[in-house]
Amino acid sequence: MAELVASRAASREARKNVRTSNRRRRAIMLAIVLGVILVAALVAGLTMSPDLYASDYSQKQQAPNAVHWFGTDFQGHDMFCFSIRGLALSIVIGLLASAVSGFVALILGSISAICGGWVDKVILWLADLFMSIPHMVMLLLISFSVGGGTLGVVLAVALTHWPSLTRVIRAEVLRIRTGEFVAASRAMGKGNVWIAWHHVVPNVLPQFIVGTILLFPHAILHESALTFLGFGLPLDSPAIGAILSSSMKYLATGAWWLAVFPGLMMVAIVLLTFTLGDDIKQLTDPHTVQE
Amino acid sequence: MSAQTKFIIKNVIRVVTLLFAVSVITFALATMAPIDPVEAYAGSENHLPQEQLDQIAAKWGWDQPPIQRYLNWIGGVLTGDWGISVIYHRPVFDVVGERFLTSLALMGTAWIISGVLGFGLGILCGLRQNSWADRIIKGFCLVLAAAPTFWLALLALMFFSVFLGWFPTGLAAPAGMRAEDVTLAMRLHHLFLPALVLSVTGIAQITLQTREKTIEARLSDYALFARARGETERQFTRRHVLRNIALPAITLQFGSISEIFGGSVLAEQVFSYPGIGNAAVAAALRGDIPLLLGVALVAALFVFAGNMVANILYGVVDPRIRAGSEAIDG
Repeated sequence: MAELVASRAASREARKNVRTSNRRRRAIMLAIVLGVILVAALVAGLTMSPDLYASDYSQKQQAPNAVHWFGTDFQGHDMFCFSIRGLALSIVIGLLASAVSGFVALILGSISAICGGWVDKVILWLADLFMSIPHMVMLLLISFSVGGGTLGVVLAVALTHWPSLTRVIRAEVLRIRTGEFVAASRAMGKGNVWIAWHHVVPNVLPQFIVGTILLFPHAILHESALTFLGFGLPLDSPAIGAILSSSMKYLATGAWWLAVFPGLMMVAIVLLTFTLGDDIKQLTDPHTVQE
Repeated sequence: MSAQTKFIIKNVIRVVTLLFAVSVITFALATMAPIDPVEAYAGSENHLPQEQLDQIAAKWGWDQPPIQRYLNWIGGVLTGDWGISVIYHRPVFDVVGERFLTSLALMGTAWIISGVLGFGLGILCGLRQNSWADRIIKGFCLVLAAAPTFWLALLALMFFSVFLGWFPTGLAAPAGMRAEDVTLAMRLHHLFLPALVLSVTGIAQITLQTREKTIEARLSDYALFARARGETERQFTRRHVLRNIALPAITLQFGSISEIFGGSVLAEQVFSYPGIGNAAVAAALRGDIPLLLGVALVAALFVFAGNMVANILYGVVDPRIRAGSEAIDG
């Protein structure tokens, strides 16, 4: 009887392993596919010949057709190429902004947790300060302070996304520092460097990477919003915010494709990165990495 | 001194220092801008002689050093004189107050609808995890979270106003009508689409979080024990799920005030709804520094008020906090 129970438990365990190892493989596949799509959009947009998205007045205001999949606008831009180009610009700004914000969060969060005391209080207070002005208003103010334009949008998006991740990293470092496994290592005579490398880095790194990836969609949404309001990239540039802003003038004439497709592409990129972030979270989090 | 009074005093100090810092930062950012306030006031193509421009600068104190200007401004703010809006030629306090009330109708409606609906849908999804309803609602929320607010606003405008013709394409009341002739029905008619867009964009987060927390509660040890006691699903939901997910939901929904303000800026822009977000954009585009500062201050006050209400509600909802056992930080 006991044997039967044991063998049943073993086979259940084995089935579970098969299922979860597939899940892990699926997660890796998904990450690769999503990564390739993102890089492809970026490379396609950046290396695209300017002729492909140049304005051609003989082709203006066409509804979607076989030549112009997403139609053309009032200046005869091919909306498919124009949007891809815009997405690439957004991706570049988003990467830059999430890298800067992620880095700031890593430094501030670690310092806050390690130093404690008044340093910790000041950093938390700063994060509170940034979060007490609505994000959109903060973006407007920063962009306004440098006179708008590309510099304005890059600065605004890069400098405002760190507070939430700073708190996450601070909490994580604190949790590890006071963890029993760190106390055990200390008791065995391990030094600070050893502990930092073997305990803090493996636990914080995934949080940092995932947190930074998940900043990216917010960054590009805020970039396009700022551009849409007229404070970001120039309104004649191929940027999703600019395209949607100028599409407003043509809505009443029924040019629905000018608004629908560029927006859908933006949604697709944002969804892609959200999924990628969640996926990598599962793969790198010490709690789920073995699943 | 009881723990509770100590907590309140600590919080008041925190809010006052933060508000002071907000005023310094917004003032510094606005002053840094490469915009000449005299030019913004007189118009960039003015042909006024230099003396007159100097007189304008002297009248508004723009010729003084930044710190003196900050002190003048903050002193005015504390005594109710928020300066004169350059683009509306009216006191900033009046413009901001009027606009804020118009926006409040929009943001309040959207906030309540998204909160109530999101909370309900989240519980439904959590209790029926992996059912078709759960999958559809969850997918819908993920897409909504990924969609730019202004794009959804554009789509709504295009479909409901241009294509179907059910709703007006903008403003808060019919154009060219005197304010006293505008009926409540007209206002609601104009409010509907922007409020719809804002509710829909706010719903994703609260639904997804409530769903997660409900699932967490369902898989907990106390859920197992409740089942063992023979509680029905309805009893279990009322006694355990609701009580455990109410607090995080309140935190999230009051924390989302800052985001709904941002969403309102975008929605107001698309629907040319004359609210405070619209004023913020106009002020920044046309270099109206006094108005921009006023909007930023009101926005920060609004967020603080939300946080304060949330802190008070914690006590109402959770008896453990009401007992003043521990102060909540962050």
